[in-house]
Amino acid sequence: MLRYATPLLITSSLVLAGCAKKAPEELPPAPTGTSQPTAPPPSGPGYAPGSQGDFLANTMSDRILFDTDRYNVDSQDQVVLQSQAQWMAQHPNSRVTIEGHADERGTRDYNLALGERRANAAKNYLASLGVSPTRMTTVSFGKERPDALGSNESAWAQNRRAVSVVVQ
Amino acid sequence: MAVLGLKHMKSWFVAITLSVGLALPAQAQLTVDVENTAADELTIAVPGLTTPQSAETPAGTTAELGNKISDVIVSNLRSSGLFKPLGRNQVRGISFSEVTAPQFPYWNGTSASALIQGFVRSNGDGKLTVGCYLYDVALETELTRTGFVVDPGDWRRAAHKCADSIYSRLTGESPFFDSRIAYIAETGPKGNRRKRLAIMDSDGANHRFITNGQATALTPRFSPDYKQIVYLSFLDGNPRIYVYEIGTGRQRLITQSTNPTFAPRWSPDGKTILYSMAIAGNTDIYKVSAQGGQPTRLTSSPGIDIGGSFSPDGSRIVFESDRSGSQQLYVMSANGGGERRISFGGGRFATPEWSPRGDLIAFTKMAGNFRVGVMTPSGGGQRLLTNSWQDEAPTWAPNGRIIQFFRTTRGSGKTGIWQVDLTGRNERQLPTPVNGSDPAWGPLLP
Repeated sequence: MLRYATPLLITSSLVLAGCAKKAPEELPPAPTGTSQPTAPPPSGPGYAPGSQGDFLANTMSDRILFDTDRYNVDSQDQVVLQSQAQWMAQHPNSRVTIEGHADERGTRDYNLALGERRANAAKNYLASLGVSPTRMTTVSFGKERPDALGSNESAWAQNRRAVSVVVQ
Repeated sequence: MAVLGLKHMKSWFVAITLSVGLALPAQAQLTVDVENTAADELTIAVPGLTTPQSAETPAGTTAELGNKISDVIVSNLRSSGLFKPLGRNQVRGISFSEVTAPQFPYWNGTSASALIQGFVRSNGDGKLTVGCYLYDVALETELTRTGFVVDPGDWRRAAHKCADSIYSRLTGESPFFDSRIAYIAETGPKGNRRKRLAIMDSDGANHRFITNGQATALTPRFSPDYKQIVYLSFLDGNPRIYVYEIGTGRQRLITQSTNPTFAPRWSPDGKTILYSMAIAGNTDIYKVSAQGGQPTRLTSSPGIDIGGSFSPDGSRIVFESDRSGSQQLYVMSANGGGERRISFGGGRFATPEWSPRGDLIAFTKMAGNFRVGVMTPSGGGQRLLTNSWQDEAPTWAPNGRIIQFFRTTRGSGKTGIWQVDLTGRNERQLPTPVNGSDPAWGPLLP
C-alpha cells in the first residue's frame, strides 16, 4: 500500500487541477521504456539485481512524458512512477539520476530550465511515494539529447520526458 | 571630414595621421542610405593596395598583403549588401604615387562612383603601415583617409578597419567589421551532436576551436575586452557555467553551487556577469562580479526567469519570464526590481538582446514558426525580420544595424549562422567550417 507523505510542492504554480491536457494530433506511444523483450525474473541471467537492466525489466517504464511546456505529473505518469518507487523500495541501496528533457521546439535556455522542472517534478512525486531524496539526483539536458529524431508531433512528444537512470 | 588623429592604443595597433594629400571638400556628395531599401548598391572600385617596395614579412610580402587586404575590403563591403565592389580582377592595379593622386580619367571610365586606394609599407621595425583613402570619382575629391600600424599577423584587422572607415563615411553608420564572434560549432548526427566552443572574426576568418567537444558546450559570450568567454558546459555531467581566459586557457566556475546554471551574460562594462540558476523547479537570474564572489539574486517570481541583456548604459536589463503563463519579455532595473512586461499581442517571446545603440530589443518570437524580430524597449513597433521554420537567439552587430542568429533545418536539425539587416533585407549565411549555433557578436575592437 502506498504511503502518501506530505507532498513536496515547491511552488503554488504546480497546480494539477484545471490543466486540461490537449490531445496531440498523433498520440505518443504508450510508455514502454524498454526495448527488451519479455524479461526474465530478476534472479534470471542477464540482470544483476539493482542494475539498470533490472530496473528496465521490472518497472512499467523508465520515463514519464509531458505536454508542451508542461511539467505536471499526470495520472499516467503517476502509475509509471509508482512502479519505479516500488522497485526502489525493493532495492534499498539503489540510487537514480532523473534526467529532464525538452523537445527541439523551444529556445535553448528556457528548455534547460524546463528540463530541470520536469526532472524535479518526477523526483518530488517519487519522494511523495517514500523514496528518500538522498537517493535521487536530477540533471537537465534541455533539448540537447533528443531520443526521437523527427521534427513532428510524435517525435516531440517522446522527447518531452523525465527519465530515471540507475546510478551504478 | 577630419583626418583621423593619432589615438593612444596598444602599441601593436595604432591609428596614425597620414601625410598630407589632397585638400578635403567642404561638403561631401557621396552617401549610401541604409534605410532606403529600393536604392541601388553603390559601385565602388577597390584596386589592390600597392606597396612602395615589396618586402618580406612573416605574413607574406607587402605586395601579397596589399592584394589580400583589398580582397577583405571587397568581401566586407559586398556582404553589407550596400555596395557593388569592383575588385582587383576587374580594375587595374595602382602605383604608390597614385595613392594620393588618383588617375581620375581612368576611374571615371569604370562604372565606379567611389574609389578606395591604399598602400602597405614595411616600416623596418617589423611592423607594417597600412593606409586607405576614399575618393568621390565624379567630384574627383578625397572623402576620408585612415591609416594603421600593425604587426604583419594582424593584417586582417587593418583591412577591417579600412572597410569600417569607408562604410562609416559613406553610410553615416557606426563601424562593425573589426569584431569577433563566439559561437558553438556543431557536428555529428542529430541524436549524438558534438558541440564545441569556437571563435572567429566577423567574416569567419581566424577560426579557432576552444573546446574539443567531449563535453557539450553551449551559449558562449565574449567579455567586452575579448579576454574571456563565459559559457555553459556539461563537463562534469551537469550544466555549469565557466569563465574561460583566452590568453591562459584556464577556466573557473562562475559558482560553486551544484544547482543547474545556464544563460550567462556580461554587462557592457565587463564588471558583472548574469546567470540563471534553477533550484527545485524555479529558475531565477543572478548577478555576480566578474572577479568572482557572492552573487546577488535579481528576480524572485515563482517561474522561469532566465537570460537577461543589459541596456548599453548598464541601467536596465531585459529578460524572459514565464510568470504570466508563457514566455514573455520583461524589463527591470539592473539591480533588480521594477519589473515591467513589454511583450504583448499573442505568441511567446524569448532570448531578448538589447541593441548596442539602445534603441531596440531583438528577440525570438514563437507563434508557429520561430522568427527573429525587434521592438522598442517599451515594447512598441514590433517587427519580424525573418520567416523560416526555426530562427532563434539573435545577437547584434556592434553598430546595432545587423542581427545575427542561428537557423535550424526542420528534420535534419542542421544549424547555421545567419545575418539580416534591420531593414529585413540582405539575409545571408555566415560561412562556418561546420554547422553553427548560439552566435554571440562581440564589440568593435579598439
